[in-house]
Amino acid sequence: MDDRKAKIRAFLSRFFRQHELGDQEDIFALGFVNSLLAMQLVQFVEKEFGLTVEDADLDLDNFRSVQRIDELVARKLGVTGHVGA
Amino acid sequence: MSEPETIKKRQVKVLVWDLDDTLWHGTLLEGDTVQVRQGVPEILRDLDQRGILHSIASKNDAETAAERLRTFGLLDYFLYPQIHWSAKSQSIRRIAESINVGLDAVAFVDDQPFEREEVGQTLPEVMILSPEDLSDLLERPELKPRFITDESAIRRRMYQADIERNRAEEEFQGPTEEFLAGLGMRFGIAPAGEADLQRAEELTVRTNQLNSTGVTYSYEELDLLRRSPAHLLLVASLEDRFGTYGKIGLAVVEKAQTCWTLRLLLMSCRVMSRGVGSILLSHLLAEARRAGVRFLADFRDTGRNRMMKVAYRFAGFRELERDGDRLLLEHDLEAIQPWPEYVEVALSQPGE
Repeated sequence: MDDRKAKIRAFLSRFFRQHELGDQEDIFALGFVNSLLAMQLVQFVEKEFGLTVEDADLDLDNFRSVQRIDELVARKLGVTGHVGA
Repeated sequence: MSEPETIKKRQVKVLVWDLDDTLWHGTLLEGDTVQVRQGVPEILRDLDQRGILHSIASKNDAETAAERLRTFGLLDYFLYPQIHWSAKSQSIRRIAESINVGLDAVAFVDDQPFEREEVGQTLPEVMILSPEDLSDLLERPELKPRFITDESAIRRRMYQADIERNRAEEEFQGPTEEFLAGLGMRFGIAPAGEADLQRAEELTVRTNQLNSTGVTYSYEELDLLRRSPAHLLLVASLEDRFGTYGKIGLAVVEKAQTCWTLRLLLMSCRVMSRGVGSILLSHLLAEARRAGVRFLADFRDTGRNRMMKVAYRFAGFRELERDGDRLLLEHDLEAIQPWPEYVEVALSQPGE
């Protein structure tokens, strides 16, 4: 699971000035998430973890932090029956 | 006015020049004292003001030719000059790709029949001219744009700013946020004036990804919305230390007594990595909260605008109704996202 968080953190660190994002750190509160990054984040999650982000998943709370993204991925993979890395 | 044109007339957006014995008299590398052809500086300036761009396809030494153009005070007019020994058809294709126009929007002028034929055969869409055509060039309908907006005269400088900006971004080592913070962005929001309408119409036609409905509006429709007391038509602009991006965003809001509905929100793809779309949205949300009304937004899935759906949802909109590919979203106006402190926002009042 930490492996998954590391991947998420590595993706986000390409964009943020603060290099070490904490698990709970609210990336939206930094005021910087633009449309392109938001879209890239959704696409990253889909591609990296082989799942589809549905309209119902497009909640800010699901993408707010490394922790929340990890939880979303775990939930999605659990529901569809795949086993996470 | 906006009658559909059954025959699409050719509109030249880029004029590509040969140099030796075309733009100037003489052959540079044979040591001639070249002289600019009479009337050429006027053509360059006049077309530039109309928003038609210039480039070069010349078989020459790049340094020497550029130096000579600089001496003549003409170098600045040319975008992506191709001065080398490759085929001119290849040069023209590269220019069209760099500027992002179709080949049917390119005209090419050269004194050599061989070069005209090579380009004409390889790229039949290109309009081919010889120096004799230059005398009445400014009168030709293909070089008279249907609309000349206040952005036409600065179009070249916008491209030049973009070239520098892209170069700076490519060379920048570090996280994206750091780069954006150093741009010195100024974002303007203003009620649409009459002079904005042509650009606004163009934005509704050409913007695909950050476009909430894909609905296009004609000049006349936008003019009605602009005057309607029950609507808000806002135009957004952006500039940074490299120069202006021009008018890059549009919002159409329908204002009822107790509820505002965002009928259209769009942002040009040129600024989608700049984070300014959410500024316009946050501004509207704050205005609605001040007015004490509900805030709804239309969304239609066009197959190309998922980015806009993500932007709306991440801004805090939730789904209220769904009808096929159409959604009605609502924002509860409780949490409105702030914008980054490194973007300066300027709001203009009507009539300014």
